[in-house]
Amino acid sequence: MSMTVLQPGPLSLLQDSGRRGHHRLGLSNGGPLDGEAFHYCNRLLQNPAGCTAIEVSVGGLQLQSQVDTWICLTGAPMPLSINGEERTLWEVHRVSCGDIIHVGFTASGCRSYFGVAEGFAIEPSFGSTATVVREHIGGLRGERLQVGDQLPCATVMTRKRYYLGERDRPRYQKTLTVRVIPGYQQRHFSRVAQRRFFGSTFHVSERCDRMGYRLEGPAIACDIDGVLSEGICCGAIQIPPDGQPIVLLNDRQTIGGYPKIGAALSLDTARLSQLVPGCSVHFAAIIPHTAHKALRLAQRFALQRPLLERRP
Amino acid sequence: MRLQPVGEDALLLYLGDSATAATSTRVQAAVLAIESVLGEDLVDLVPSYASVLILYDPLRTDHLSVARRVRGALHHLHDPHAQPAPPRCVVLPVYYAAEVGADLESLSARAGLSVQEVIDLHTGTDYRVYAIGFAPGFAYLGEVDERIAAPRLATPRARVARGSVGIAERQTAVYPSDSPGGWNLIGRCPVPLFDARAQPPMPVSVGDNVRFESISRERFLALGGDLA
Repeated sequence: MSMTVLQPGPLSLLQDSGRRGHHRLGLSNGGPLDGEAFHYCNRLLQNPAGCTAIEVSVGGLQLQSQVDTWICLTGAPMPLSINGEERTLWEVHRVSCGDIIHVGFTASGCRSYFGVAEGFAIEPSFGSTATVVREHIGGLRGERLQVGDQLPCATVMTRKRYYLGERDRPRYQKTLTVRVIPGYQQRHFSRVAQRRFFGSTFHVSERCDRMGYRLEGPAIACDIDGVLSEGICCGAIQIPPDGQPIVLLNDRQTIGGYPKIGAALSLDTARLSQLVPGCSVHFAAIIPHTAHKALRLAQRFALQRPLLERRP
Repeated sequence: MRLQPVGEDALLLYLGDSATAATSTRVQAAVLAIESVLGEDLVDLVPSYASVLILYDPLRTDHLSVARRVRGALHHLHDPHAQPAPPRCVVLPVYYAAEVGADLESLSARAGLSVQEVIDLHTGTDYRVYAIGFAPGFAYLGEVDERIAAPRLATPRARVARGSVGIAERQTAVYPSDSPGGWNLIGRCPVPLFDARAQPPMPVSVGDNVRFESISRERFLALGGDLA
């Protein structure tokens, strides 16, 4: 009972909501870069939160189903088809044994989430199925999906055919303002450097991956070259000696010694991960209280938009 | 002591400015105190040389409440009668030889020592686990005798074999898995430093002491060591 990978595309990874509580072994979090799109994938499928889905970067995934079940694709607008017939994203679709599912390459955005009813049944490692390729942990062998991989999943007969209304779907833009809580070595950046950081436009460089997004823009100078290695939270913004910021993401190393100017809000790193090289980024400073309010609002509204049901 | 918010779900506690055994002892004590005072609100902890990153659940609590509780818990740590638990000592066997330690001879030559003297200096010190990071199971141990301290390689190697024992400045470490690396390699340890299936997955944790023991090629192979 599974789906077979016919084509994995450049980077398709099994992900649940990520690994927690193992930083002391040096293990990173992994998990979906765009938590919102991942959340809706499971919610539309009526799965418990955090069921294992596939994070598809850029596109190019092709699967054959060996089961009768339901699927859903959320996130970047990658063309979805079942047996060559086009289907909409953000909607639950029926698939039958033998069906070929194709996720094409995206025109905008970068990551999408492909889920099945009840999620893929993957053996967790350190409490999570999240694949972190750098660590060889999670997924099937700690690796990206490959041709011929079998992804175990259940036969599921009944599911409501939920979809998210067009107005409620996120639109992935080419510019983004990232809210930042200043912290870490902030005081080692001069007022001029801080003004430059919060007042300039940066561009996503070619070096952007699940570890971090490296940005290009005016160099941000720091008074110090480094600090004693210390814990790095998700979203921390590291400024290496060349002054080009790196927003550290889910697969980052857990400790490091480069100066950091603060950390980005998770709601915004989710959007950042949908940007491709060349897109532009601004930073805006917020205080922790504002961040917490934004997270609670997202929990109550952005993640709880009403689902509509398609009737046959 | 300094405690500052560094992200939406993170506070960083600084317990000193340098990597000393005394600071590391405070880090270890703080970890235990924070775990017991935060309970379910605590998501994860990253102890390092002189700091502890505290990750909390921002939907359950906030930085003010976490900071208040952490300060309260640390206040009790200054109790002069409280004795920290003596560190655990873990002995790791190492086969020191050029065939598994590509930099052993060049490091000896630069230090003006014989290979045997380098081995004696490396095995003659009790090291402390200051931090774990870089890769799963990579433990930063300090400090090596300054006579065998050596700068990182100018060009890191694309592949360092699992178990390799290296020196960088006054730190030493065992590579837990095959990875790129720029440390000076002097030998190889046959005991896995990270095994996802083992319980616990690592033989050491932050705050432990580690001592290296020189073993023969035969013993290295008998313990499951790999020369490749």
